[in-house]
Amino acid sequence: MTAHADVSTHAISRARWHWSEFAFWILALFCAFLFPSRYLIMTDIVRLALFALSLDLILGYAGIVSLGHAAFFGVGAYSAGLLALHGVVTEPVVALIVAGIVAMALGFLTSFLVIRGVDLTRLMVTLGIALLLEALAERFSNITGGTDGLQGIEMQPILGLFAFDMFGKVGFFYCLAVLFGLFLLARRIVHSPFGLSLRAIRNNPLRAAAIGIPVNKRLIAIYTLAAFYAGIAGALFTQTTALASLDVFSFERSADLMLVLVIGGTGYLYGGLIGAVVFRMLQEFFSNLTPQYWQFWIGLVLVVIVLVGRQRLHRWALWAPNLIIRQLGGRKTIVAVPESDAP
Amino acid sequence: MTTLFTILFDGVAYGMLLFVLACGLAVTLGLMNFVNLAHGAFAMTGGYVCAVLVNQSGWPFFAALPLAFVASALIGVVLERSLYRHLYHRSHLDQVLFSVGLVFMSVAAVDYIMGSSRIFIKLPAALEGQIDFFGVGIGRYRLMIIAICGLLTAALQLVLARTRFGSRLRAAVDDPRAASGLGINVPQVFAFTFAFGCGLAGLGGALSAEILGLDPYFPLKFMIYFLIVVTVGGSSSITGPFLASLLLGIGDVAGKYYVPKMGPFVIYTIMIVILIWRPNGLFGRTAAR
Repeated sequence: MTAHADVSTHAISRARWHWSEFAFWILALFCAFLFPSRYLIMTDIVRLALFALSLDLILGYAGIVSLGHAAFFGVGAYSAGLLALHGVVTEPVVALIVAGIVAMALGFLTSFLVIRGVDLTRLMVTLGIALLLEALAERFSNITGGTDGLQGIEMQPILGLFAFDMFGKVGFFYCLAVLFGLFLLARRIVHSPFGLSLRAIRNNPLRAAAIGIPVNKRLIAIYTLAAFYAGIAGALFTQTTALASLDVFSFERSADLMLVLVIGGTGYLYGGLIGAVVFRMLQEFFSNLTPQYWQFWIGLVLVVIVLVGRQRLHRWALWAPNLIIRQLGGRKTIVAVPESDAP
Repeated sequence: MTTLFTILFDGVAYGMLLFVLACGLAVTLGLMNFVNLAHGAFAMTGGYVCAVLVNQSGWPFFAALPLAFVASALIGVVLERSLYRHLYHRSHLDQVLFSVGLVFMSVAAVDYIMGSSRIFIKLPAALEGQIDFFGVGIGRYRLMIIAICGLLTAALQLVLARTRFGSRLRAAVDDPRAASGLGINVPQVFAFTFAFGCGLAGLGGALSAEILGLDPYFPLKFMIYFLIVVTVGGSSSITGPFLASLLLGIGDVAGKYYVPKMGPFVIYTIMIVILIWRPNGLFGRTAAR
């Protein structure tokens, strides 16, 4: 009984909003006013953050390693593009949701393939699905525009009120609002009993099944949800850039996404958001350094991160902030606890 | 009828080539359970070494082939000793990230040194053209590939099944602790096997420049093919990956000939179906322990 009470108080206390989280979102909003000339790259970061959040749901919370998450991003991107191009759904927010649902349907169908087999089979199947979709998109070039991509997409104003401007200001606030909304939903989900059961599955599927958690059903549910998120991220990509090309499915996109999440840390939702900021800045820095060969340095960062060890790296990164917080708020407060450091 | 034979012949040559390229991966991924997505980078290294030796230094093609093997094997053993061996016991996610990082680095580095366009290796005149065999046109180059790869496969099978080193390797893979308890130097066996696999990939890369095309994106383009060979073939013996490569080679060539519009679609579908049907591969036991 006491153990039960302990677990629930612990879960409830972790679900409560920490003041540093408020600070994070206020800072994110302030960025819009601090850097008015950098809307395009900030929009890019927000999109990437949403995409990484989607991968975090399955990788950080359910432990599914996916090499082909770009599949859902691509489906979302093309759905939004086709909806706008043919004037089926012209209102961006509705189109966004429709595109998300299309990706979600694909996620639901493919989740049955993913829950079968071990890590290696999952890697192969997810990678295979993304490549398959890329081949399909290339094959049906009369619909998708082939290697040229979808062109001539014109976006209507959001909710009929806010028209997209050429500086990307509206696009940025639109993406940020979507990200915040979906983040709230994800936060609610991962702190619910459902989210806790997912963590149990990640830690030990066999034991989770033994205490009565329907492992496969839960995995299908979270995979479908993650596909929805990725679809929305893809749709945002199309809507804000008015472009959808074959590279939305590319392997590099899935691999970069993993790097984003690894930089930020998995399993506490903010990892994807922080990782997106750091990754995009690194990419900017490297492409200023060597415009053509920035991939080399990104690869080097990956290798170093793995060799040093992801957990050790996060402890180092959080050492200074944690120290300050402890000074201010007493011994027990901790800013952020990524991955396995969490009890 | 003759086209059928030509397709079969080309498919077998393609499959044999894939087998030589991927059999190193069959050991690291299938037996040692290490997800090495960077295997294609070693193949690319071999291909470029051979190209530089033949095109720029004027070496004969057949003298450059062993050099391609040696260069890739050397790089393989250096990387294994310095980096890979720290990651044998890490999670699959770490291994994936690490090897993807290596792929990115190799792509950009080769692009920087050699340029991004596709390169060709000058072949000796004896390997060009076709032989007419009962009305079926047989490419000389492909015939040579079948001969070389067939010999290599037979030799590999003999080494694994009959020699002392082969039994050591099988013991080290089945149970590293018990094997080291019996006095087998497990890390050394692994390092040697890894290097040999990389060397074979390098040789395969040099041979494949003519058929698959060689450019800096080689490791990314053919990664999925190597993975298919290993996952579909399973890992209990060398026969599984061999049959899987032949199947893949013939399937790919036939698919491109009969339904050219579908492109690689056929192969990916077959792979997904097979993995759903038999998650541990067509032949033999699971790779994961």
